Amino acid sequence: MLVVRDLRTSYGKIEALKGISITVNDGEIVTLIGANGAGKSTTLKTISGQLAPVAGSIEFNGENIAGMPAHKVTAKGIIQVPEGRRIFSRMTVLENLEMGAYLRDDKDGIAADLEHVFELFPRLKERISQKGGTLSGGEQQMLAMGRGLMANPKLLMLDEPSMGLAPVVVETIFEIIQKLNADGITVLLVEQNANLALSIADRGYVLETGEIKLEGTGKELLANDDVRKAYLGEG
Amino acid sequence: MGGSKMDIKTSVESAKMSPTKLAVYAGIGVLVFLAPILFQGFGQLFLVRILAIVGLYVMLALGLNIVVGYAGLLDLGYIAFYGIGAYAGILGGQPLSQWLAATFPDQPWAPGLSYFIMIPIAAVAAAITGIMLGTPVLRLRGDYLAIVTLGFGEIVRIALNNNIFGLTNGAAGLPKAGEVVPKPFGLDWLTKVTYFRIPNLGDNGFTFTFTANVYWYYIIVLLCVFTIFVVRRLDDSRLGRSWTAMREDEVAAASMGVNITGAKLYAFSLGALWGGIAGTTFANFQGFVSPESFTFMESVFVVCVIVLGGMGSIPGAIVGALVIQGVPELIRGMASSGLLTALTGITVSAEAQSAISNYRYLVFGLLMVIMMAWRPQGILPSKRRARELRPEDEKALDETNQTLYDAQHDTAIPGEDL
Repeated sequence: MLVVRDLRTSYGKIEALKGISITVNDGEIVTLIGANGAGKSTTLKTISGQLAPVAGSIEFNGENIAGMPAHKVTAKGIIQVPEGRRIFSRMTVLENLEMGAYLRDDKDGIAADLEHVFELFPRLKERISQKGGTLSGGEQQMLAMGRGLMANPKLLMLDEPSMGLAPVVVETIFEIIQKLNADGITVLLVEQNANLALSIADRGYVLETGEIKLEGTGKELLANDDVRKAYLGEG
Repeated sequence: MGGSKMDIKTSVESAKMSPTKLAVYAGIGVLVFLAPILFQGFGQLFLVRILAIVGLYVMLALGLNIVVGYAGLLDLGYIAFYGIGAYAGILGGQPLSQWLAATFPDQPWAPGLSYFIMIPIAAVAAAITGIMLGTPVLRLRGDYLAIVTLGFGEIVRIALNNNIFGLTNGAAGLPKAGEVVPKPFGLDWLTKVTYFRIPNLGDNGFTFTFTANVYWYYIIVLLCVFTIFVVRRLDDSRLGRSWTAMREDEVAAASMGVNITGAKLYAFSLGALWGGIAGTTFANFQGFVSPESFTFMESVFVVCVIVLGGMGSIPGAIVGALVIQGVPELIRGMASSGLLTALTGITVSAEAQSAISNYRYLVFGLLMVIMMAWRPQGILPSKRRARELRPEDEKALDETNQTLYDAQHDTAIPGEDL
């Protein structure tokens, strides 16, 4: 579904991605793990069009989307749930969700997806007319994910969904990620919580200072000594 | 599922009008229609003129509202579009009316059409200038954008003042000495036909003559109604939603599929468009334009109008224009026409009259400070803004969740996190 080849992205003179290649197949959960500043978020932002790559290609279903502006990438079905949620804090929960369906015209489909989001996140339904900014951190993450789902994604890219959340909430969020994946949505997940991310991922990549150090299935990486030492706080 | 069926439109502004609301609108409509007839009839011509000018400011405010209120882009050079519309109206209108006179010599009313033909042309000219301003400043936000737009406004004024391309006649303004702006279509006829007198009404009797001021008043009212209609539709549209989202968070809006470049350029050009229409109307109404009318202070006044009235609010723009443009003019006009003396017994000297117009800067400054402290959402805020600026939940949220979160994760500046 998504094939990234030798992707390079720079912030001015600083090269944040030094040529990374990743593949996400249909129906997979793929995770990118790594320390702060390894380039995980940069990778997602380059794929979603927020940043323009210096070199390399990003193929989505056979089409090169590298350097495409963000709104066009969204229209292709790649939806990013950004780091720090970035919900519209002054809009209501409902308006946030409706913004997610900004590009869609199928009223029935939107209504059905809204129902679906409320099934996944009953809390959002309770707070339907509350301003997004007044929600708790976990609810905001749910709203950001719900908003992403309203766009009817083919590939859902989640950037640090566990950030700043209580462990119980993180568990719920990850259960829902698995559920979405079971429903047929391909997921590319960036996480600092490597243990959790690898435990639900089909495959994973380990990033270090803009390069891919390791790749393998979730289980392989969980069992890898280097990964255990560096990211799982063992040894 | 009742709750989920409502959409953004209904939560922003209910489409259905209650009978009371309808009655209020009808009352306002009758007042707006009768006002010039009454003022004119009782000999207070200056009031008609003031109302017409207020109308022009309503249009300007509604236009700027698109840029500032809807899209959240602070534009401090908006008056430049008014100026461009005004100069375009005169520069295009004169040859056009001559051509019309030469082409249709049997139709003496034909040259008068030039103003009406120039409306869309001036609008497009201003809109194109809006895109010209918008393109280089796409990446700027907040203070930086304000400074660049301020510079743009001054560039336009100075260019007009320096007789750019030999067209604008410098500080002396247009039309040049000996030339006149053609009379608009129908004015002569209306002046001849519409006249009535009720001798026993009031102190000096009631005498109504259809004057140029009355004519322009009605033209401006019609244009305002048209503006209000379009602006309301815009706010309810998909474009309006994209502006709201962009105003809140550009990155998030883009990832929802909003074309940020497009949304910004639409805001600049659609905002400028109304400036152009108001400008060409102003030029024909005044019969004269000079760069003096398009100073930075005028841009500030238009911003004041929408801040005072309530950003993004249509009734707010009208009330704001009445307060900012109407009240000082009213006091000055009443003083110079002797109406103030007649009503209150106060005599205002010529110096005091000019002091009134100078002190208004001070009063507006004070008014702005007071508004920001006590009613930041404006006199008649739009429902959305009122909700956005409702302090209690906003504060609680910002101080607990957001800053703690930002502090922990170092993402305090949106868009600058790696």
